[in-house]
Amino acid sequence: MKKIAPLILLIILIIFPLVIQNAYYQHLMILVLMWVVIGSGWNVIAGYTGQVSFGDAAFFGTGAYTAGILAYHFHISAWWGMAFGGIMAMGVAFPFGWICFRLRGAYFALASLALNEVCRHIATVAEPLTQGMVGILIMPSFLSKIPYYYIALALAVLSVGFVQIVMHSKWGYYFLSIREDQDAAESLGINTHHYKMVSLNIAAFLTGMAGALFMNYMGFIDPSVVFSLHDISIMAILVGIVGGVGTIFGPVVGAFVMVAVHEFFRTGFFGLFKGLAALTGSDFLIVAAKYISQAHVLGFGILVVLVILLLPNGIVGDWKKIVDKLFPFKKKGVST
Amino acid sequence: MEVFLQTLVAGILKGGLYGLIGMGMSLIMGVMGIINLAHGQLMMVGMYITFLLSHYLGIDPYLSLFVSMPALFLLGVAIQKYTLNPLMEVDSILPENQVLMTVGIGMVLTEITRFIFSSDYKSVQTSYSNATFFLGEISFSIALVIAFFIAILFTLFMFWFLLKTDVGRSIRATAQDKDAALLMGVNSKRITIITFGLGSALVAAAGTLLMPIYYLFPDIGGPFTRKAFVITILGGLGSTVGAIFGGITLGLAEAFGATYIGMAYDDMIGLIIFILVLLFLPGGFKRLTKI
Repeated sequence: MKKIAPLILLIILIIFPLVIQNAYYQHLMILVLMWVVIGSGWNVIAGYTGQVSFGDAAFFGTGAYTAGILAYHFHISAWWGMAFGGIMAMGVAFPFGWICFRLRGAYFALASLALNEVCRHIATVAEPLTQGMVGILIMPSFLSKIPYYYIALALAVLSVGFVQIVMHSKWGYYFLSIREDQDAAESLGINTHHYKMVSLNIAAFLTGMAGALFMNYMGFIDPSVVFSLHDISIMAILVGIVGGVGTIFGPVVGAFVMVAVHEFFRTGFFGLFKGLAALTGSDFLIVAAKYISQAHVLGFGILVVLVILLLPNGIVGDWKKIVDKLFPFKKKGVST
Repeated sequence: MEVFLQTLVAGILKGGLYGLIGMGMSLIMGVMGIINLAHGQLMMVGMYITFLLSHYLGIDPYLSLFVSMPALFLLGVAIQKYTLNPLMEVDSILPENQVLMTVGIGMVLTEITRFIFSSDYKSVQTSYSNATFFLGEISFSIALVIAFFIAILFTLFMFWFLLKTDVGRSIRATAQDKDAALLMGVNSKRITIITFGLGSALVAAAGTLLMPIYYLFPDIGGPFTRKAFVITILGGLGSTVGAIFGGITLGLAEAFGATYIGMAYDDMIGLIIFILVLLFLPGGFKRLTKI
C-alpha cells in the first residue's frame, strides 16, 4: 500500500484536469502544486538540515523577478525564467549562506528574515529594473489553465523525486547529521558549512523555479506579493510544518491542506455564511459573513498557533498520534 | 555643520527609545534563548491602549504609562504561560517552534487590532506634540526629549532591578545557565513568565512614549520588530547595556541615513547594519565590553 500510494496519487493528479473542468478548482490545484515545490525546498533546508529559514520569499521573488525581467526588458519568453530563476535564486542563496551559516538556530532564522526584507527593499527601490511598486505585467502564454497545470505537475513531481533521491544519497545523511547534532557531525569530519550551503542552494533552486512558474502563471508580480513575509515565507513554513517536517510527502500533504485552508478562510468558509445569510435573511449572519471574510488573516494566524501547539511534527510526522486520538478503540485492538 | 548636529541630536533622542525597545527583546532573548518576533506587535498593542485612553478619556499619553505597562505585562505573562511554555514540553524535530509561535502571535495581535480599529491611521494630538525649543541653532522636539529622559529613567530602574533585587538576580542566573539556576532553587518557569511580562511592559512604555509624535496603524508592529532585532544583534544577544548602545547606534544610523542618503532607504539601513555586524563584529557590542 505504501509503495503504490504515490503512484495512485500521481494518476489521480494526471487525470484531474480532464475530469474537473471548473477553472476555479484547476487554479487551486495549480497553486497546490506550486506550494509542493516550495514546501519541498523548505523541507530540504529546514526539515532535513535543521536550518529554519524565514526567507523563502527571497528565493521565490528572485525567481519570479528573473522570469519577469527576462520577458519585460529582454523580450525573451518568460519560460526561460524557469531555468534562470532557479539559478538566480542560487545566486542570492550563495553569498547569503556564505555569510550567515556561521549563525545557528534562531539567529540563522533571523538572518534569513532580514534577507527577505532586503530583497523586498531592493525590488522596490530598483525601479529601472523592476518597475518598483508598479510591478511587472506580462502576457500569459496560454489561455487555458491545463498547460500550466501539467507544467506545475511536472515540476512538483520532479522536485519531490529530486528530494527523494538527494535524501537517500550521501548528502541526505550528511544533512540529517547536521540537524541532529552539528558539533558531533563536525567532529566526524563532515564539513558542515559546505553541506549546509549545498542544502540551502537546493532549496533556493527549487523555490526560485516555483517563483518563475508563478510569474508565468499569474502574469503579474510586484514586490509586496512575491517578497511577502506572511504570504510566502510563513506559508512555506506552514506547508512544511503542517505536512510533516523532514518527510518526503509532508510538503505534498501540507500544500494541499494549507491551500485549502487559505481558500476556506478567504472565501468565508466557501461562502457558507453568505449562503446561510441569504437563505435565512438574518442580519446577524450577513454581518458575520462580512467580518469573517475580512478576518481571514486572523484565522490564518490562529491556525499557526494551533498547529505548532498540537501538531509540531505535522500530519505525516504525527500520523500515528492523530490516528490514536481519533480512533482510541483501534489502538486497543492493536495492543490486544 | 548645523545639519550634522541636528541629525546627531535627533538620532540620539530616537535612539533612547530604541534602546527601550531593544532592552525588552534582549531580556527575553537572554532568559529564553528565543527571539520574540511579536515584539513590535506588543508595542502596537501598547500604543493602541494609549490611543484609546487619550481619545475617549482624554488622559495624557505620559499618564497612560501606568495603564499600558501593567496591561502589557499581563498580556506578556499570558502569552508566555499559555502558548510558549507548553511548547517546551512538546516533542518536535525543530527547536525553532517557539520563534515560529511568536510570529503566529504577532499575526493574531495585528489582525485582531485591524478587526477592531480598521487599518486607518490614528494619532494622538497633544499641546506639546509639535512643540520645540532651541539650543543655539538646534531644535529639540519637547516630546522626544521627555521620552528620552523617561526612557533613561526606565533603563536605570531596570539596572537596579536586575542587579539588586531577588527576582532580578534570578533572571540573570537563568539567563546565564538555566540548569544551574534550576539546581540553585530558581523556579525557571516562573522567571521566564516574569521576564516575558517585563519585556512586554518595557516595549509598551516605548510605544506609549512614541505616541505623541508618531502615528499608529495595525501594521506598525512589523518594522519595529525588525528594528528590535537589529538592536539586539547590534548590542549583543541578551545584553542590557548593549541594547542601549545598540539602540542609540541604530537611531544615529537611521537619522544620518535619512539626512544624507534618502528617506527611501530608512528601513534598509538597519538591515545593512545587521549584516555588517554579523560579518565584522559577531556578538555585537557585548564582545567589546565583556560585561
